[in-house]
Amino acid sequence: MKREKRRLLIADILGVLVTVIIFIIPFYFMFVNSLKSQQEANLLNIAWPSELHFENYSAVFSYANYQLLTAYKNSIILTLFTVIGLIFTGAMAGYVIQRRNDRVMKTISWVIMLGLMIPAAILPTINLLQKLHIYKTMFGMVMVEIALQTPFTIMLFRGYMASIPTELEEAARIDGCNPWQVFIQIINPLLKPIRATVIILTAVTTFNDFTNPLYFLPGADNTTVQLTLYNYKGQFSSSYNMLFADIILITIPMLILFIFFNKRIVDGMVAGSVKG
Amino acid sequence: MKSKSKKSNLYSFWFVVPSLAIFCIFFLYPIVTSLYYSMTVWNFDSATFCGLDNYKMFFSENSLSSSIVHTLIYAFLTSGLKVVIAFFIAIFLTSKIRTKGFIRSCVFFPNLVSTMAVGLTFCALMHPTKGLFNVVLQAIGFSPINFLGDINLALYSVIATDVWKGLSISVVIYIAGVQSIDKTYYEAASIDGASAWQQLKSITLPLVAPSQNSIIILSLIGGLRTFDLIWAMTGGGPGFATDVMASVIYKEYAYGFYGLSTAGNVIMLVLISCIAFPLQHFLMKREEAIQ
Repeated sequence: MKREKRRLLIADILGVLVTVIIFIIPFYFMFVNSLKSQQEANLLNIAWPSELHFENYSAVFSYANYQLLTAYKNSIILTLFTVIGLIFTGAMAGYVIQRRNDRVMKTISWVIMLGLMIPAAILPTINLLQKLHIYKTMFGMVMVEIALQTPFTIMLFRGYMASIPTELEEAARIDGCNPWQVFIQIINPLLKPIRATVIILTAVTTFNDFTNPLYFLPGADNTTVQLTLYNYKGQFSSSYNMLFADIILITIPMLILFIFFNKRIVDGMVAGSVKG
Repeated sequence: MKSKSKKSNLYSFWFVVPSLAIFCIFFLYPIVTSLYYSMTVWNFDSATFCGLDNYKMFFSENSLSSSIVHTLIYAFLTSGLKVVIAFFIAIFLTSKIRTKGFIRSCVFFPNLVSTMAVGLTFCALMHPTKGLFNVVLQAIGFSPINFLGDINLALYSVIATDVWKGLSISVVIYIAGVQSIDKTYYEAASIDGASAWQQLKSITLPLVAPSQNSIIILSLIGGLRTFDLIWAMTGGGPGFATDVMASVIYKEYAYGFYGLSTAGNVIMLVLISCIAFPLQHFLMKREEAIQ
């Protein structure tokens, strides 16, 4: 028994040690370098800064006429509308697809699930957005984000619907509710846990998305936080302190989200991927 | 018949329409038209049909066709490494150690950090002369390695970063799988005198097959579609050494070869379909055979 305890203790220590080396040091590296002076940061080491330069952060914010502020605004608007759109359309579709198990729904479900695998056709999408006169607009970008994340969202809602008994809806139906009332008043409150999961997962995906804004939302006024990061890569190539300050500023929202919703995020990702 | 009509009454088809409409307009329709545009010389305003020229070009030009090979190496290697490494981490984290909450959080967090941020940070860590990795290598007596500048090595450096970032999701899926295994199997096995290794091999491994299949499919498709990490770390270079399909599509777009870029997109679509669908079918069969 004593030997087993000692073995566990060693495993604990080794595990923490390896974790710190592999997973903590890169973040520590970002953090200390974001607080150094330019010369010190360019050495790229992990020593504690000889002098703390918190002004790096305000410098990054005011850089290029407060571009980062614009980017934050754009990213938040994009994330907000994408998430709102997804939780409405996804919940409605997931509900009916799960409940009506006929051939039409099966076909629709199969077609939508294709979206989990096959990649989007990028240039034809740009062409389509141009023809609809919504290229380089937030509306067009939101629509593309919703379309790309619809399959995953429907899958989560559909999976959760399977655990809700149908008796409630039938009773409400007999009491004279119309389909819309049944959904809003009976089903919608029951979807709260999965909705929270969907909100968090789609918000993280959209906020961290680099590729789609790169293609569908070009232009300095439309920039998102991930694009500023990419642009600063070139402009700050000799001032790593600014680059890391920018990285830290963009990572902080995710860190806050993670601290508050750790369990929900993990559970949601597991549920989403296993049922697929 | 009556119950069916009641059903369709309660679950109105209109509920699916918003999702379906957005999905069809902004995802499916472009994919269908991409088949045509990939066979044209195209500048968004006018498209001139040119048959299979774009495809011929794609396969004959070495800088383009090599991207297919890189994509395959990238996808299979990241997927394989994640499947193996994540399994052992998950086993470690489902044992009786006390710090598993802390370790799990640390392993998971990179998943929430944007790929751009991770890519740029590892770029700095892999700096050829002063990067942390090389400082450590030199300190223990090795010569420094040009992680991202060496043609033969750059792709593998990006792959390692991808594994670091994407490991977590595989780990949590495995953990869920391991935790759902009935504990009585292990009790019975240990009464029969099975060693820890035998239990791992004969109980855990076969029973996490469903989780494993999800991980394989998920990470393989992710790997085949990869773009932002490559773009953040190497931009496809040095030369074309780390160009994957998605980065070639972007480059051809930036150069103005829209038809060629779309052909690349179609090839990527076919490649993913040809790998993912049969693989999923095969894995499902295997899962059924085990149970």
